[in-house]
Amino acid sequence: MIRNGRSFDGRVDAPADSGAGTGRAAETPGTSGAVVMELRGITLRFGGVTAIRETTFDIQEGEIRAIIGPNGAGKSSVLNVINGFYHPQEGEIWYQGRQRGVLKPHQIAHQGIARTFQNIALFRGMTTLDNIMTGRLTRMKSGIFRQLAWWGPAEREETEHREAVEQIIDFLEIQAIRKTPVGRLPYGLQKRVELGRALAAEPSLLLLDEPMAGMNVEEKEDMSRFILDVNDEFGTTIALIEHDMGVVMDLADRVVVMDYGRKIGDGTPDDVRSNEAVINAYLGVAHD
Amino acid sequence: MSPGFFYGIEVVLNGLMTGVMYSLVALGFVLIFKASGIFNYAQGVMALFAALTLVGFQDGQIPFSHLINAVFGTKIHHFGWHLPAILAVLFALGVMILFAWLVEKLILKHLVNQEPIILFMATIGLAYFMEGFGDLMWGADIKTLDVGMPQGGNLWIEESTAFLGGEDFYGFYLDNLDIWASVVALVLVVSLVLLSQYTKIGRALRAVADDHQAALSVGISLRVIWVIVWSVAGFVALVAGIMWGSKSGVQFSLSLIALKALPVLMLGGFTSIPGAIIGGLIIGVGEKLFEFLLGAPFLGGATENWFAYMLALVFLVFRPQGLFGEKIIERV
Repeated sequence: MIRNGRSFDGRVDAPADSGAGTGRAAETPGTSGAVVMELRGITLRFGGVTAIRETTFDIQEGEIRAIIGPNGAGKSSVLNVINGFYHPQEGEIWYQGRQRGVLKPHQIAHQGIARTFQNIALFRGMTTLDNIMTGRLTRMKSGIFRQLAWWGPAEREETEHREAVEQIIDFLEIQAIRKTPVGRLPYGLQKRVELGRALAAEPSLLLLDEPMAGMNVEEKEDMSRFILDVNDEFGTTIALIEHDMGVVMDLADRVVVMDYGRKIGDGTPDDVRSNEAVINAYLGVAHD
Repeated sequence: MSPGFFYGIEVVLNGLMTGVMYSLVALGFVLIFKASGIFNYAQGVMALFAALTLVGFQDGQIPFSHLINAVFGTKIHHFGWHLPAILAVLFALGVMILFAWLVEKLILKHLVNQEPIILFMATIGLAYFMEGFGDLMWGADIKTLDVGMPQGGNLWIEESTAFLGGEDFYGFYLDNLDIWASVVALVLVVSLVLLSQYTKIGRALRAVADDHQAALSVGISLRVIWVIVWSVAGFVALVAGIMWGSKSGVQFSLSLIALKALPVLMLGGFTSIPGAIIGGLIIGVGEKLFEFLLGAPFLGGATENWFAYMLALVFLVFRPQGLFGEKIIERV
């Protein structure tokens, strides 16, 4: 199995040969099976427009779950529902075995769900280090007054968090840009810093909204490798949206296919690839 | 050395002191701008309102007494007690924190993710509302504010520097109040810089300033941050109100000092706390020195009224981000 045999910094050859890969799922069927996140009958409307229609699927612990579909299919809306930016009108959200009420995004972040954005949302004026450090906010305990005084526990805590952040920086191979304001970095590196910030929270569910959009082949390879490594090394559960089908087929354990706000397919990459509804959606058969 | 030289030095010193007072107001702007990208037009009025509230508490004024009198035909005006200054300051601070909470609840909450210009206009509305509300609550008459800070010239400095010049030089004249203001401003700036650079709250503040959605996604509550920022800005407004109010009385014109903060911000940069201080000092010294060297002898005087704005204009042309503002980074 590639998964276990791969060295820490070894390059994954799979994502490069887009589309032709056999799919990771074929080699690693099944995960631990525990459900981390479950959406039940989610419907999300904006006025008269229905972005998501009665969609049900789950995300299992330790898996890479891909959400694919044509533009406007409602993929990003699904992530926004999971992370609390949108609140569905109908349906239930179950997280870690409990039904979740209506929570604000920052509360959901504290529950261990981290994310990246389709259009990079970094703190542009801050350095790489500070950006990733903000990812630790949910894990910091010291109150403001103790921090002001900078004594004892607060200082120790700051040091611990710094160490965690340095590890992530090593992991993502961005030591050279630690002190650079992220606004100056090239696009590919910004995406990587954003991943780093999400990782810093040590999330139990990591949401990646088009982590490879706008990247060249080499950057895509790097990003694929990091995503696989995160999943392997830390066992992080990942849900991602991606347009590059080759990448999706190589990365994902299971795939949800959406079109016009509806789920039209769900299963391993191989299942999905042979699904007629999916093929129709992608090849543009007329909708009724 | 000629007495003119020493007089020049005294002008510079007084310029520095005036500059500190400008900086105090500019500081409030920077805080809110940094954390929310809002240019808070109401900062000057907040200083006025804070000073009014302070005097009101200190003198035991009955809030809204004019309104009550007009409606019920009563003739109430004071409770009849006087609060110690420190207690009054604490109460006034409490009012400013309450004010911050209300601003978040009634205005900012409903304008999340709106364009900065919309938020700016909201603060204009807020400024006019507070101006009227302050009048209604505490009355429109000019009040004296005395929280026990020493006033008048500092004799010690004057006497101990008198030997420097000749017979016509009596030593440097520095106002005690200005010296106090400088010390307070210094403490304020150092603590604010430490807060924003080295604490969890500070990091959260800077994060919110950069990107609301991203800030939410790492677990920062925008509402909490905004209340904190406006509370701190309210505190700075209170300090500025105390200083200016002690100097020139608590009256409506206090809110106009905000205008002088604008050129300070253009020099120092809208996003830099030390910049606000340095900018204030440059403006303070610049306008006093310009008046002394060129204005009074050659231009007929009264250049202090426009010098700061002209300097700001020059900066806008050559260095729009100010001396210390964050670089405006734009990838093409």
